Amino acid sequence: MGGYSLSDLWSIVVMQGFSGLSLFSVLLLMALGLAIIFGQMGVINMAHGEFMTIGAYMIYFCSRIVAKYMPGFMPYYFVFAIVVAFVVAFAVGYFVEFLLIRHLYKRPLDTLLATWGLSLIMQQVFRSLFGAREVSPQLPDWLMGAWKATDTIDIPLNGLFVMALSILVTSGVFLFLYRSSWGLKVRATTQNRVMAGAVGINTRLVDRLTFALGCGIAGVAGAAFTTIGSTGPTSGSLYIVDTFLVVAFGGAGSLLGTIFSAFSIAQVQSLLTFFLTNAMGKVTTLLAVIVILMLRPEGLRPNKVRK
Amino acid sequence: MKQKQFAIESKTSRRMLTALSAAMLLALAGSASAGGPPTAKVDATGLAVTDTDVTVGILHSSTGTMAISETGAQEAEKLAISQINAMGGVLGRKIKIVQEDGASDWPTFAEKAKKLLEENHVAAIFGCWTSASRKAVLPVLERDNGLLYYPTFYEGLEQSKNVVYTGQEATQQVFAGLDWVAKTKHAKTFYLIGSDYIWPRTTMKLAREYITRVLHGTVVGEEYAALGSTDFGSTINKIRLKHPDVIYAAVVGGSNVSWFKQLKAAGITGKSQTLLTLSVTEDEAKGIGGENLVGFYSAMKYFESLNTPENQKFVKDFHAMWGPTAPIGDVTQAAYEGPWLWKMAVEKAGSFDTDKVVKAEESGTISFDAPEGMIYLEPNHHLKTRLRIGEWRPDGQADIVYTSPYIMPNPFPKGY
Repeated sequence: MGGYSLSDLWSIVVMQGFSGLSLFSVLLLMALGLAIIFGQMGVINMAHGEFMTIGAYMIYFCSRIVAKYMPGFMPYYFVFAIVVAFVVAFAVGYFVEFLLIRHLYKRPLDTLLATWGLSLIMQQVFRSLFGAREVSPQLPDWLMGAWKATDTIDIPLNGLFVMALSILVTSGVFLFLYRSSWGLKVRATTQNRVMAGAVGINTRLVDRLTFALGCGIAGVAGAAFTTIGSTGPTSGSLYIVDTFLVVAFGGAGSLLGTIFSAFSIAQVQSLLTFFLTNAMGKVTTLLAVIVILMLRPEGLRPNKVRK
Repeated sequence: MKQKQFAIESKTSRRMLTALSAAMLLALAGSASAGGPPTAKVDATGLAVTDTDVTVGILHSSTGTMAISETGAQEAEKLAISQINAMGGVLGRKIKIVQEDGASDWPTFAEKAKKLLEENHVAAIFGCWTSASRKAVLPVLERDNGLLYYPTFYEGLEQSKNVVYTGQEATQQVFAGLDWVAKTKHAKTFYLIGSDYIWPRTTMKLAREYITRVLHGTVVGEEYAALGSTDFGSTINKIRLKHPDVIYAAVVGGSNVSWFKQLKAAGITGKSQTLLTLSVTEDEAKGIGGENLVGFYSAMKYFESLNTPENQKFVKDFHAMWGPTAPIGDVTQAAYEGPWLWKMAVEKAGSFDTDKVVKAEESGTISFDAPEGMIYLEPNHHLKTRLRIGEWRPDGQADIVYTSPYIMPNPFPKGY
């Protein structure tokens, strides 16, 4: 590469590596909620993007309230607002399961249609409540801008934040599923619903909480993405395709698979976008995913469950 | 809930006030409406015209992805129409509105345009935002001989007798802006980035030609991001490697927000980097956040901060009707011009009939003292306007740092 100094190239390599990792944590965070719901319950939640939007609007809502009533709290509110986002998305998910999803467990294609309808309804609700225009929540200063590691290396703070958050959420989900008694019940229900019911597990409640948990995590993802993307009634639809891509590629329902898949897609896409054009990078990534899925239809790391 | 009701009441009472003052104005003016010419004379083609009113259509997306952008345009059109009605209407007839929702879906736009023209027999349509929706509506307009007033700045390469383009075509928005940035920032190297569809691609093609041929500069990179793309990390690194004097951007929609937030996060701000964009108005600034735009430049024909008595009155009226925080962007102002230009063309023609109105539009004598300043409707259905460069402030408003001389519209530039 003529014309570039060695230190320039070195900083680009570092920043490019970080940008790949940052995309990885974004993909992971948004796919996690969908993977839980799909993997544990076999429900394809087309309204996943809208649950993310709920999270984003909660950040906006909290930022407005804090700016108005306690401006001194501004630098810290974001962390609490993420908790609010989780709780609200969790609650909405809980009611959606109760009103809609539980009637459709034996009809997977109908859940697809029903949740898609739900996504349209939710978009219109956002539009009526918050207006059709995009909004921008006021973010604390420590989240915006770059950390100057050296003279030529700038590391985005929002990228670091999303990365930390997705590590936190992923480990939380792992602890919950594999180290708690609730997780045991969830896994038992996934493996054999009838048997789990026979040994006294309330499978209905397990379903409801699993669905709500997935939605809650979507809310957290949406909240975190206010630092890197837009907040509008249809913002969720920007992420939904990538989300499905990650989950399908990872092998539906396996958390480890989701992590592997998010990592490989992010690295490939980020590198290809650097060396090719933006659009070509994305196209080539999609093509690679399609070819691999044709050879391995069950995805990278499928869940081994006796059917 | 209570508050909402109150808001609605106050809006109605405001409207009643407007109506009341309109009535008073009319009485003072010796009742213009009573003096309107007979209907048979002003409508020979079966339009929805009666002795007292005339029906027009508003066709924008109230739902779907484009609702974000099209809201301002329809608000401005309704404001203009209510003001025209308060002044006595057009040819002594009050304007009635039929509103249809294009739902961000191009075939729906065509279908609704057909409905407006064939069932409602509207005298004119104010609407469309994206080029795709305009292209979908165009065959319907030409078949049914309807009139469309289209408000968005767009790529040019089109001129239909049935359309008046109140936004700027590409040459008006691109050349003067590049001249300015080359001169004031001594820019030699440019990095072009846009969303991947017809408007940015055509615009960037013009820009590339102009930069190399006229400005003798270099394009060091040209890049298009898929519509809806949210990750700009690698793109930003590529730009960083090239050290361009100017980043020239036309990214749209949700991507636009990601693009500016990630630029800021990468440490690229108005302090260290010149960036000129063609796709940020006050509407977009609200979604992006002013703090992420500070020091960057937009090339537009209108900014809300424009300090003239005409504009201050417009901003005041707009905020009175739609709330004090509603942003007013370039397209919103261009949409406001539509009904006024139509009124002038109709009155010059003395008729609502499309062919006569088109003849009046093409006469080259229609001009209007708009919020942006005087505008002139040229025989090629586009407006002769000026271009302004705005520098963004943290509050989501722009300081106007440059105003160009008047630029003739040239939708079919030679040699590009």
